Amino acid sequence: MLTKRIIPCLDIKNGRTVKGVTFGNLQDAGDPVELAAKYSEEGADELCLLDITATLEGRTTFLQVVEEVAAAVSIPFTVGGGISDEKQVELLLSKGADKVSVNTAAIRDPQLITRLSNAFGNQCVVVAIDARHQDGQWQVVSHAGTRPTGILATEWAIEVCERGAGEILLTSFTADGTRRGFSLDITHSVSHSVNIPVIASGGAGKPEHFLDVFTVAKADAALAAGIFHYGVISIREVKAFLKKKNVFVR
Amino acid sequence: MTQRIKIAHYNAGNIASVMNALGRLGVRGELATSPEDIKTADKLIFPGVGHAKPAMELLRSKGMDQAIKDFQGPVLGICLGMQLMAESSEEGNMQGMSIFPESIKLFTGRSKIPHMGWNSLHALKGPLFDKIDEGCYVYFVHSYYMPSSELSIAGCDYEGRFTAAIARDNFFGVQFHPEKSGETGMTILKNFIKL
Repeated sequence: MLTKRIIPCLDIKNGRTVKGVTFGNLQDAGDPVELAAKYSEEGADELCLLDITATLEGRTTFLQVVEEVAAAVSIPFTVGGGISDEKQVELLLSKGADKVSVNTAAIRDPQLITRLSNAFGNQCVVVAIDARHQDGQWQVVSHAGTRPTGILATEWAIEVCERGAGEILLTSFTADGTRRGFSLDITHSVSHSVNIPVIASGGAGKPEHFLDVFTVAKADAALAAGIFHYGVISIREVKAFLKKKNVFVR
Repeated sequence: MTQRIKIAHYNAGNIASVMNALGRLGVRGELATSPEDIKTADKLIFPGVGHAKPAMELLRSKGMDQAIKDFQGPVLGICLGMQLMAESSEEGNMQGMSIFPESIKLFTGRSKIPHMGWNSLHALKGPLFDKIDEGCYVYFVHSYYMPSSELSIAGCDYEGRFTAAIARDNFFGVQFHPEKSGETGMTILKNFIKL
């Protein structure tokens, strides 16, 4: 039986893991390679590394982190943050990344999804969709949540799927950092509109939230950062809870 | 004498992951980029990701398909590598290396494609699965599959039972990624190295 995946996400800035609430007040959350190894040990099914620096030095440091994480863990990991062309993807894959996630660049140039899918296979193309609830609708926001695009999240999800995405990472900017639970309605809507796996992100605060996002919203995987970094709850505890509730987890 | 474990490198495989996994087992893998390279190996790992047809064309253009077929030592095809060792694939009407007399099919039905994530292995047979428990989890990511047959040495369920691993003579193929399957995957790779 295919299991539901739990994915801790590491935001990387200048070689360190950081975490803030809706992109404000960044706090240090540790060495990414040590954290990656620890999460892998605790039963993480995959990892996600996001480069949140935009400087050239930051990028070089990030590549080094990717290489070190790839050497340290034997579970798959996705990398993202500012990826906009095939060259960057080739470099990241050569450092040992398994998948890449694209976000703003795909909104600007949707053909990028098709090009990456053709060049590297759809299994390594994750399209990250950031959605915000506004005026009764879930709209896609770009540039780390700062710019509304006017595109409806579900419609964009269908389009990226048609263009060759292998997976969708759906982040609710409305729920992100609140620890009040995932946004179940938009997750359910996206998961039912596409036939590729959907990772839900934003809002995880306790094990019940993971249960809801898998059973009610039908997500294939769930991603969280802060609650794991600060030890609010461990991956092991989440999985033990899900098992008790008859959700298939590894 | 230490054995030479080589990884077939034809620009359609995630070789970094395989190299890293071997490294964690204390083995220094070497890259094989030509038929000559393959001949001097003791064991060969044959990874692959992406689309079957261009991958097979790359392999043929380098003459590596015949070298793999002629190879006498143990060969481990991983994911697309295993699929290229089949007779044919629905993916781009690919004609494969015919090491395994099977045809690769696209998953159809209600489940999501790709089949992505950790799924359990069943009906395990042979030395590749030494010390591996029935029902253990490994990492899969694929849209095409090999149907179950009498050559299957492990099965997995997604839209029905399919071949998770296959063996014929010195040739082994696994649909999952042992290099990305945690401790279980490392044990399977260790078993291959010990063959």
